[in-house]
Amino acid sequence: MAVQPPQVRILNFNEVALGYSPEEAIAEAKRCLNCPKAPCIKGCPVNVDIPGFITHIANGDFQAAADLIKQTNALPAITGRVCPQETQCEAECTLCKRCEPVAIGRLERFAADWEAATGTLSVPAPPPPTQKRVAVVGSGPAGLTVAADLARMGHQAIILEALHEPGGVLSYGIPEFRLPKTIVRREADYVRNLGVELRYDFIVGSVATVDELLNQYDAIFLGTGAGLPWFLNIPGENLGGVYSANEYLTRANLMRAYRFPEYDTPIARGKRVITIGGGNTAMDSARVALRLGAKESIIVYRRTKAEMPARIEEIEHAEQEGVQFQELTTPVAFHGTNGRVEEIECLRNELGEPDASGRRRPVFVEGSNFRIQADVMIIAIGQSPSPLISRSTPDLKVTKNGVVVAEPGSMKTSKKGVFAGGDIVTGGATVILAMGQAKIAALAIDEYLQTGSW
Amino acid sequence: MYKILDKQVLSKNAKMMVVEAQLVAQKARAGQFLIVRVDEYGERIPLTIADSDAAAGSVTLIFQEVGKSTKHMGRLEIGEALTNVVGPLGVPTEIAPYGKVVVVAGGIGIAPIYPIVHSLKEAGNTIIAIIGARTKELLFWEDRIQSCSDQLIICTDDGSYGRKGFVTQALKELLESDKGIARAWAIGPAIMMKMVAETTRPYQLPTVVSLNTIMIDGTGMCGGCRVELDQGWKFACVDGPEFDGHQVHWESVLERLKYYQAEEHLSTQYWESHSCQLEPLLEETQKHEPQNDHSRQNPHGCAATTGAHPQLQ
Repeated sequence: MAVQPPQVRILNFNEVALGYSPEEAIAEAKRCLNCPKAPCIKGCPVNVDIPGFITHIANGDFQAAADLIKQTNALPAITGRVCPQETQCEAECTLCKRCEPVAIGRLERFAADWEAATGTLSVPAPPPPTQKRVAVVGSGPAGLTVAADLARMGHQAIILEALHEPGGVLSYGIPEFRLPKTIVRREADYVRNLGVELRYDFIVGSVATVDELLNQYDAIFLGTGAGLPWFLNIPGENLGGVYSANEYLTRANLMRAYRFPEYDTPIARGKRVITIGGGNTAMDSARVALRLGAKESIIVYRRTKAEMPARIEEIEHAEQEGVQFQELTTPVAFHGTNGRVEEIECLRNELGEPDASGRRRPVFVEGSNFRIQADVMIIAIGQSPSPLISRSTPDLKVTKNGVVVAEPGSMKTSKKGVFAGGDIVTGGATVILAMGQAKIAALAIDEYLQTGSW
Repeated sequence: MYKILDKQVLSKNAKMMVVEAQLVAQKARAGQFLIVRVDEYGERIPLTIADSDAAAGSVTLIFQEVGKSTKHMGRLEIGEALTNVVGPLGVPTEIAPYGKVVVVAGGIGIAPIYPIVHSLKEAGNTIIAIIGARTKELLFWEDRIQSCSDQLIICTDDGSYGRKGFVTQALKELLESDKGIARAWAIGPAIMMKMVAETTRPYQLPTVVSLNTIMIDGTGMCGGCRVELDQGWKFACVDGPEFDGHQVHWESVLERLKYYQAEEHLSTQYWESHSCQLEPLLEETQKHEPQNDHSRQNPHGCAATTGAHPQLQ
């Protein structure tokens, strides 16, 4: 698949990967062995009929491919781009044993983009309405998926979104060059065309509590994600120029600060930018910084590249673009003058014994303090669910980390009529896992709406 | 879209807008705020709720035209609309029968202090209000504050109305002469709230301030509004906006507010230079959703160059 060359793409916010041509897609699809057991499907949290849609592509029937994917996955243009296929469907591909697996993600993306390019998204005929109404809180991957599935079962789903655009983390978190926002809007439009209503500026926990919603709706799905950013709790963290990754990315993505002053929201354009963390969010932040004109973009991580939780492809893209990696380094303080950050003080680490996550634990070397100058610092060390809903819903069980407790088989919470899925339950995982949980929830909601039993 | 039902010029600096926002109006309580976005290109700005009317389904906002967003907002007329109004946000003011209390407001802060004074009065408190501004033309809502206060002291820096001097001087005299005051509230520019907190500190008088920090979402997601306190930091959006004024690290608050000064200036300049024949063209451009980075006309419809902004380099 063609990509923008690194030296070109760091000068723009356009998508890095350019997608297959029809010829490329057909050639790739023909590599599929169409295994009778289809191990790839087992690797897919939303059970897309992978050999089925790939056969349609191989036959040149792209619309049939798109329709088949959409039977189980309402957001194919998104998952085709941001799923970690290398650990899911593609990891199960029979071809893995001998050579490269079939590029399932790229083919999925191709089918979805091909359909969008035709100008119309085909929508299945609506089933007879059940007159049941479900409030879906949050329009991220979980919310869109559960709403789409409920609509296809004949229920009226109303998505209540706090922000002014659909998509949740797909809009505020993932940068334009990895997931263009026109695609997020397009997929949200598809869900709307299924009969789902989308309301913006609606903050559950403030304008309406979960209990108030229960008076108006037959069931509730909480898919509000993990929006509360973690900080390091070290001196100097409140200096200007120190951002949470959430803030930095929200400014750049949702608020289009990269087009300031055409768009009103500003963002600091650092000459040297340091990002702390080793996940996909850290890679995204460091790459946004380059596109905002940073001469140097440095990732500071307490372990080594080998232990980074980011996808390998994301680390590679960052490296190709010139992002530098300062491994085995733990920040201990920020320093600055007149309220603006100028330096980060760090300690060097060595790797010790493995910890609970199985990764070797970083141990700092006493007295190894050193400083790096930078004018923007981005903290990308994780996040947890926002407390807005749990604070206003005393009988909703949450763990001490703030994640909502839900039964894995049904996504039922401790509160009757209330289901939850996605990062609000996992604390922070992938788009596709959120969608997988949403599909489980949709089935359980349907059953609950029909039987009333909890 | 949230329709503008009424608009008034309250003073040389302050404009009032009554905006239709049914759900917000049902829930708004004293001390809470809203996030407003003027148009599709707009930033999300926090504005404290000056009043709300559940029956009419409207909220009242009062703002000072200091930057691009508020200037733009000030140009909108009755019948036009704000693109987004989100709220009510933040923890409401803790209203209780405290006894005798003092409320201090400076300049535009008179607006958000009003619902607090009103609620405190309803809770049976005896209220001494001190309101001030640089000069007489900047004062407004004297009658509203008067209507729910037991005593009203007005100060102007230049002596053009009421007492000459800062609100803190009047406050200090009050605290010297009256030892029975149970609690204080202060809303106004950050520097004024800092001075009020310093004034009440020696008297150990609990002092609540309302911080209007920079923020984006208003729901605890960006962390841009973090405020340094004696016991660590908190988010103004979900933990505030009210804090114990004696615990706030004011230097940090003042510095954070200044961080985007250069960008604010540029944004205002850009907007003013592009707001030629603004209204009809703006409506026209808003019909078109942005497609991608390169095929866009500029937001305000004028034929100026966009893309390269040498000021930013």
